[in-house]
Amino acid sequence: MEGEEDVLETSMIEEEIRANGGAANEKQRSKAIISSEQMDVEAYASSYTGRTKIARLIFIAERCGNTTMELEALRMAYDEIKKGENTLLFRDVVDKIRGRLGAAYGMDHAWVDGVDRRAEARKEKLDNELNAYRTNLIKESIRMGYNDFGEFYYAHGALGDAFKNYARTRDYCTTSKHIIQMCLNVILVSIEMGQFTHVTNYVSKTEQTPEVLDSVTVAKLRCAAGLAYLENKKYKHAARKFLETGLELENNYTEVIAPQDVATYGGLCALASFDRTELKNKVIDNVNFRKFLELVPEVREIINDFYSSRYASCLEYLENLKANLLLDIHLYDHVETLYSEIRHKALIQYTHPFLSVDLHMMASAFKTSVAGLEKELEALITENQIQARIDSHNKILYARHADQRNTTFQRALQMGNEFDRDVRAMLLRANLLKHEFNNRQSRKL
Amino acid sequence: MESAESLIAHIQGLSSAPEDLAQLHNLLKQSEESLESLAPNLGPLLNQLDPSKHSLGFLYILEAYASATHGEQENNLVSTIAKFIDSCVTEQICLAPEKFVSVCRKLKDEAMQLQMPIRGVAPLRTAVRKLQPTSEHLTTLHPDFLVLCLLAKCYKAGFSVLEDDIVEVEQPRDFFLYCYYGGMICIGLKRFRKAMELLYYVITSPMSSMNAIAIESYKKYILVSLINNGQFSNLPKYTSSVFSRNQKNFCQYYNELATSYASGKISELQSCLEAYKDKFETDNNVGLVKQVVSSLYKRNIQRLTQMYLTLSLQDIANTVQLSSTKEAEMHVLQMIQDGEIFATINQKDGMVSFHEDPEQYKSCEMIEHIDSSIQRIMALSKKLTTMDEQVSSDPIYLAKLGRERQRFDLDDFDTVPQKFHM
Repeated sequence: MEGEEDVLETSMIEEEIRANGGAANEKQRSKAIISSEQMDVEAYASSYTGRTKIARLIFIAERCGNTTMELEALRMAYDEIKKGENTLLFRDVVDKIRGRLGAAYGMDHAWVDGVDRRAEARKEKLDNELNAYRTNLIKESIRMGYNDFGEFYYAHGALGDAFKNYARTRDYCTTSKHIIQMCLNVILVSIEMGQFTHVTNYVSKTEQTPEVLDSVTVAKLRCAAGLAYLENKKYKHAARKFLETGLELENNYTEVIAPQDVATYGGLCALASFDRTELKNKVIDNVNFRKFLELVPEVREIINDFYSSRYASCLEYLENLKANLLLDIHLYDHVETLYSEIRHKALIQYTHPFLSVDLHMMASAFKTSVAGLEKELEALITENQIQARIDSHNKILYARHADQRNTTFQRALQMGNEFDRDVRAMLLRANLLKHEFNNRQSRKL
Repeated sequence: MESAESLIAHIQGLSSAPEDLAQLHNLLKQSEESLESLAPNLGPLLNQLDPSKHSLGFLYILEAYASATHGEQENNLVSTIAKFIDSCVTEQICLAPEKFVSVCRKLKDEAMQLQMPIRGVAPLRTAVRKLQPTSEHLTTLHPDFLVLCLLAKCYKAGFSVLEDDIVEVEQPRDFFLYCYYGGMICIGLKRFRKAMELLYYVITSPMSSMNAIAIESYKKYILVSLINNGQFSNLPKYTSSVFSRNQKNFCQYYNELATSYASGKISELQSCLEAYKDKFETDNNVGLVKQVVSSLYKRNIQRLTQMYLTLSLQDIANTVQLSSTKEAEMHVLQMIQDGEIFATINQKDGMVSFHEDPEQYKSCEMIEHIDSSIQRIMALSKKLTTMDEQVSSDPIYLAKLGRERQRFDLDDFDTVPQKFHM
């Protein structure tokens, strides 16, 4: 479609437009879309470990609005918590289950008490140890002591205390390795807490260490930074970070993010924020990222469809993915924005090469009504994202080429008027000041 | 102490040569008190003098007479003063401007008391012109003249004075009133750009305390800028801090009106109007507010021309929230007539097609217009430079600057003093 500048061959273009809409539809139907089915909670959960797994499961349970899925998620969360020592979360989940999963998933007081008692004892022991280290002033031991405390609190769900203790180890770090470890710990806790400013801070701190970071750490840092940018709605930066994430990530960071997520987050952010060439260079031709995309074929298809202008299928894939993305603990908040951005991009890209576009065909390509499309285009024209005007009578969109000469004249005249007004106002103000100034002077003299 | 008769004789004798005039002026000043005591009986004396020859003497006697006169002779007084203003000699009255101003004020007051402000318009315009050394000077009579124009609804007469570019200002209060009344006259003539300019002068001028003129001007400025520009941008940073800080206490509902206008929704604007209806009424701005509403319709239609080549009247009515296609057609028609949009209406199928601005910037008139703009701006910037030079060589200013500078290092002497944020 890029090469279709020749507007005289309208018939050809029309065919092309049909191909965009119609043909893609047929292909669509023949292709089974995997993610249109309901999310497989178990498979999803298995790609994560640690606290994030529990958090994600609870998140799904809260939002899915479907009892079977909710109970399934809660059951797995329950099992997972039992493996750890987080009694706070345990109570929470038991409350959420409300006995709907039978006696086996009720309140296990014996377990809770046992864990709490052991925790108390361990805390005391750690406290004593740390005090001993501090009196002896052995840096390394103090660091270890704080670190143990951090791990202890983290395991028990006291994230704030964990964060404090991890951060405290900073004063006792002697080698770059320690610093990196400290930073990674802090980043992990901050992500759990949703404190993404800390994440950005500590990512840059880690990157400043003199030691050459190993590729796994680099990948982890990229992901963390990507998440932080995503949370701050800086989608372009987020996309860059996710795209830079190395394959070494594999399953090394499952306590935060799974490689599939890198593909999804990165892919969607890139679609929403990159232009066509960037998309081609940085996403489609990116060998590294392509491997990530293989993990989530839907996203790969979306990107390819988008690039080759098969918008109908692209948007349909997106629509199918939406339900699942809304259940993602990091992405749910941004799905709407990203989707509308992508849709706008698609609309803009669609109209770009043409001098005139038939709205009926365009509407069918985007699977919407002509009136709805008109409204969308109207909004884009108002924001000056599309330079075109709509012929509402014949339902045709005409590209509008701004007349540089006229606009220059217009702007020059306007500028002249403004200057005129400003200078006169300035002269007057200066005169008033002068007058007041003289008045005050003569009073003083 | 002289009798009135001998004074008249002096006036008649000393009114021709310039050097005699100075002597006469002294004489008149000395006899001011006696004139005051004789005031009520001075009327007949005036008949012995010719205002076109003995302007100065006439002025003194007239002033004394007028300040003491009330009641039944009013009618006569107005015409006497008017005649005097018409025929007096500029050089002579300029010797006693304060007397002249007081006579003119008397005329204004009388005209207003008679509820015939129109009688004062023409004489005061002449008076303003006679009192002005150049058309760049603002006189104390300007506000009085404009008030009469406003009351008499002689907007055109008032506008003829407003067309001059005022630069020299002596009394800030005169200037504020001049701009405020001038702004109102321009609003009456629907010259919104000029009105904005005048009101803008008031709200951005330096002031050390709040004043009511500025507040009222600001209210009108917001409304007019909505009507004219479709938006209201915040005050520039050279606005005096007193004003920009305190205006919220007085004009908050106008700011809210501007916000609801910016949303582009008629319904929101209407609800804001309803909420503050009484306040707009007490401010006497209901008429302007109504114009704001109708300008929003126009603005919305104008926005459509950016997006559409053709659009049915029905669609226009829907998007702009007009009740019928008929009304939409009227609006569009009116706007085409006023040159605000370029469009044609096809009544057969109820379609409006919008066109681009046909101005090609190729015509001779356009070139002339551009050329005159360039000339005007060059003249202005020259004036600015002169002004800058003048200020930087003003002895009082330099003295003050020197005193302030002593506290600092003399090396960091820069040419623009920080205190003068214009």
